[in-house]
Amino acid sequence: MEMALALVIGILTATGVYLMLARNLLRYLFGLILLSNAANLAIFTAGRLTRASPPLIPEGLKAPDIPVANPLPQALILTAIVIGFGLLAFSLALIVRAYRRLGTLDADDMRIAEPKKKTKRGTEHS
Amino acid sequence: MSWLLALPFLLPILAALLTFLTRGKPCLARTLSVASCGLLLLTTLSIFALVETNGILAAQMGGWPAPFGITLVADRLSAVMLLVAAVVGLTVALFALSDIDAHHEQLGFYSYYQLLLAGVCGSFVTGDLFNLYVWFEVMLIASFALLVLGGERIQLDGGIKYVAMNLVSTLLMLTAIALLYGLTGTLNMAQLHLAVAGIDNPLAENLLAVLFICAFGIKAAIFPLFFWLPASYHAPPVAVTAVFAGLLTKVGVYALIRTFTLIFPAGDNLAHDILLAAALLTMFTGVLGAAAHYEFRKILAFHIVSQIGFLVLGLALYSPLALAGAVFYMVHNIVAKTNLFLISGTAQRLTGSFELAQIGGLYRASPLLAALFFIAAFSLAGFPPLSGFWAKFLLVKASLDQAAYWVAAVALVTGALTLFSMSKIWAEAFWKDHPQNACTGLATLTSADRIQRLSPVVALALITLVLGLVPQPFIEFSMAAADQLLDTGDYLEAVLTPPTN
Repeated sequence: MEMALALVIGILTATGVYLMLARNLLRYLFGLILLSNAANLAIFTAGRLTRASPPLIPEGLKAPDIPVANPLPQALILTAIVIGFGLLAFSLALIVRAYRRLGTLDADDMRIAEPKKKTKRGTEHS
Repeated sequence: MSWLLALPFLLPILAALLTFLTRGKPCLARTLSVASCGLLLLTTLSIFALVETNGILAAQMGGWPAPFGITLVADRLSAVMLLVAAVVGLTVALFALSDIDAHHEQLGFYSYYQLLLAGVCGSFVTGDLFNLYVWFEVMLIASFALLVLGGERIQLDGGIKYVAMNLVSTLLMLTAIALLYGLTGTLNMAQLHLAVAGIDNPLAENLLAVLFICAFGIKAAIFPLFFWLPASYHAPPVAVTAVFAGLLTKVGVYALIRTFTLIFPAGDNLAHDILLAAALLTMFTGVLGAAAHYEFRKILAFHIVSQIGFLVLGLALYSPLALAGAVFYMVHNIVAKTNLFLISGTAQRLTGSFELAQIGGLYRASPLLAALFFIAAFSLAGFPPLSGFWAKFLLVKASLDQAAYWVAAVALVTGALTLFSMSKIWAEAFWKDHPQNACTGLATLTSADRIQRLSPVVALALITLVLGLVPQPFIEFSMAAADQLLDTGDYLEAVLTPPTN
């Protein structure tokens, strides 16, 4: 099971990085989403995978009487998913706004903050 | 008294809520923003005093003992960082009163500003790695919003680069935290110190160390991960850039120092070698960028990068003197850097531009501003007897003590180049006459503007002067802070001993 998850994490990371290397910002964002899911799965895997019961303590006992699953990674992933969702929603809104304002999604064409020198060959024609 | 530790982030969060609700009434929101920053300064002062008298302060949130609950800790490094953050918070909040226009206020500038402070302060007090991640995110989302607030074209362009790079950094940090948790089974930093020492797996340790260096390095803007900083820092209003320059990159450095003294202490040679190489390259490439540019804020932005190199150098050399130098440098740099950006904003208001070619005559227009710039700029360049001289002196002496002569040489050359680029600003913006063909002439400030813009600058310049003219107590404090960082016994005891009451 660990091996399968490790493979999934690897595939997600590879695909994510490939997408993020694209000049198109939307592809970059999709790559980032895949990468953030890979990170979440990595937390999950790092917390040890067992076929144990849910982490519930029976009534009257102070500790669970049978081996239970580790609830901490799941709590961490939950936090990470919520934060990641917020950040990605913000990024999507930013990219949409930038597209409307700048008229392009090509990261190389966005040179307002760091304009090219006039003497060099520009990329204006593209 | 340990409940005090929760106030540095609770206060700004509360203020963020209140300023959001009152954003329709600018007068009230402005008062709330400044008042909250004032209270924050008082809180951090009392935390600082407590840490000085009682030693390391730790609080367990919700009463759960250390490895299980959320721990807040303040040692000398955290306490002084909190204090400086609060000073910068208050001065920039005052400056923002005249710098931020009604449109930005309407969009909720003050709320985001307070949230940013909450994220910064939270990162300084947390004793838990995952919590550090959460505070980083709070800080990041607030900084994203501040950067693009108003939505001008240049802001959107700079913002996209900033957001893109920083999201990668958070993912790397999350992955590093996941792997470290898998290796040790804990996320409490004090517990991690013990757990990592027990691991006999140098490969895994080095891998994690490199992941953490990359994650925090992007945030701290070290070589070769700094390019997002000069691409974005000149886009937003000056008050925003000033607080970014003063605090955000320093949070990355703080996280690096915390990680590589507490979790991965010196035994890990690979990490410190990488840090040393990165520090030297950061110092040098940053200042070369500053020497090449002719825009006020771009020069200053490249200087941030260069100065981060000095801070990381203190960590990489890893001797008591070097760490003390890093602590002193951090305090000096936050104050001087924020001040320089505030001065650049006032210069822009007076002359109408940040381009050095299109401005000038500031010395004649405002000798006071020129004097204040002189103090901040020459302190940054390491001119005796200003504060930057002592900071550099400590670091250079530490490298000479370790017989790392070429490290000292790079530091000195960087200092000389910093002086060169500062004198470029001085000659162009202050000394030469205002160009005749420029479309805008010199403006004058209204008296309210004058108070709101110049009093923060004067206050920060005074701190720089005091740090420089009476360095002894501050150097002693930095030495004590460095000892606390290297000797982790007190930290472990404060965090892991269950409370007695």
